[in-house]
Amino acid sequence: MEASINTKLKTTDYFIITALLLLLIGMVYGIIGSIQYVYPGFVKNALSFEKIRPLHVSAVLFWILLAAMGSVLTYLHVYSNQVNKTSILLKIILVDFILTIVSILISYLFGQFGGREYWEFNPLFALPILLGWILFIIHFFKTIPSLKNQPVFVWMWLTGLLFFLFTFLESYLWLFPYFRNNIINEMTIQWKSYGSMVGAWNMLVYGCSLFLMGKMSGDKNYGYSRIAFILYFTGLTNLMFNWGHHIYTLPTHPYIQHISYLVSMTELFIFGKIIFDWKKTYLSAKQLIHHASYPFILAADFWIFLSLILAIAMSVPAINLYTHGTHITVAHAMGTTIGINSFLLIAFAIDIFTLDQITPIQKNKYFKYGFWITNISLLLFWISLIGAGIRKSIWQMSIHPMPFSSMMLSLKPFFIVFALAGFSLLIGFICIILPLLKHRLKTNTND
Amino acid sequence: MILKESKKLAIVILLIISFLSYSIVLYLQPSQKTDFTSPNADHGKMVWQKFNCNACHQIYSLGGYLGPDLTNIYALRGPDYIKALVGAGTATMPAFQLTPKEMDDLISYLQHIDASGKADPRRFKINKNGSIY
Repeated sequence: MEASINTKLKTTDYFIITALLLLLIGMVYGIIGSIQYVYPGFVKNALSFEKIRPLHVSAVLFWILLAAMGSVLTYLHVYSNQVNKTSILLKIILVDFILTIVSILISYLFGQFGGREYWEFNPLFALPILLGWILFIIHFFKTIPSLKNQPVFVWMWLTGLLFFLFTFLESYLWLFPYFRNNIINEMTIQWKSYGSMVGAWNMLVYGCSLFLMGKMSGDKNYGYSRIAFILYFTGLTNLMFNWGHHIYTLPTHPYIQHISYLVSMTELFIFGKIIFDWKKTYLSAKQLIHHASYPFILAADFWIFLSLILAIAMSVPAINLYTHGTHITVAHAMGTTIGINSFLLIAFAIDIFTLDQITPIQKNKYFKYGFWITNISLLLFWISLIGAGIRKSIWQMSIHPMPFSSMMLSLKPFFIVFALAGFSLLIGFICIILPLLKHRLKTNTND
Repeated sequence: MILKESKKLAIVILLIISFLSYSIVLYLQPSQKTDFTSPNADHGKMVWQKFNCNACHQIYSLGGYLGPDLTNIYALRGPDYIKALVGAGTATMPAFQLTPKEMDDLISYLQHIDASGKADPRRFKINKNGSIY
């Protein structure tokens, strides 16, 4: 079996290897941050929270971006029958991103910030990211010159590529005084860009997921079907117009709330489709369970279900009023970035590094434990955040609220569970990632 | 059953035109006239970002959750309290070494945000259709 596995490490593989290392690094910073919630002032002098948070956020955001790029590039080459395609362009993109990410992480340690949500680095670092992304788009068009008669995942990849570029540029409009001078409008545009940007990288990830499912099941028709495109257009509409739920309480244009509320409710269609297809998902699970990637796809399905319930609820302004500014928002972010994005990206990494053959990786006991440890830990992590969010929501809506510091102290039991679950989540990911990397590097050496 | 290529293209073009029009309207029509009246507030915003205050604090409940929301801190506690706290730090927050100019600009920025509205979620009323006002 292993002889048939592609043995030589390709440039695209290095995107995923770098991304997996960033996930582990980002989680270590996340755990230090969670300890600071339990023990205020922990390592305050060396790594206070305003440094830890960007270190964590940037490392895990780049994990998602680089892993998505590596997966899209690999599957793009497989789809276009250019499996061994490599080019100087890809190497430039990889080196550009690695150098930029390392520089960003170092800059945080020296207290250099841009001070924005998500992109907390100095705006100068946006230039090499922008350059790398444009080269990525050029490579895409060189590989797929026409959209005619293409399956839905190609449309999704292209959508993700172009909308990430647009929203990334939009997120830097604050550099111009015209946009920066009006604080409410500036925050509106900031969250407009971020909301759509998340939709953009989701397009890259979900596109890969559809490609992989088609490959595993052998059903090539789904990618061209009417329902696949209807779901894609629903996702695209939400990417463009549902970002307003981030800012329902901001004193901005009232129509932003109404548009976002209305568009978000179209997600009920996706939700209904998941329930309707439940039996089909169960049957395909039985058929595909021997694939090492499949358990992670199934786990992501479970997290899509949970996250969608939360997302739809939070899109109703009357509910959002209670959840906004609480840890319920964080629970939603963690459910989607870990439960959906990370589990799917791990599934792609397994598929790409083992060519989905039955390999020793599936028999590795640490790998099996890792799957269950990550899922159970994430559920505990998620529940503790929801618990903390409910407690904080009651506090911020009460007529005579206790002081902020007392409220934070009352959340300590939730923070303890959250920190412990975060730690075991890291252990779980180590159990998955190390055997996977070891396996891939071993097959490379055997070449 | 598959969708015709022309239909797919028409839907995408329609969505893109709607999205771009929506974006342009938002760029050109600020929701309220709350422009910075002095350069101090603008510099104060840069101070806020330079020290990454957003990592722990929120404005209109957007930001980190380790510290409190600071949208209306100016009205609630006043400039002297803010200066003292930023300079001395707390159990969680380091003592930030701001120059007197940076401190004044930061205060000016917080004053400006305070004047832009109230972040307190209790001020909202809920409509029957689930929207808020």
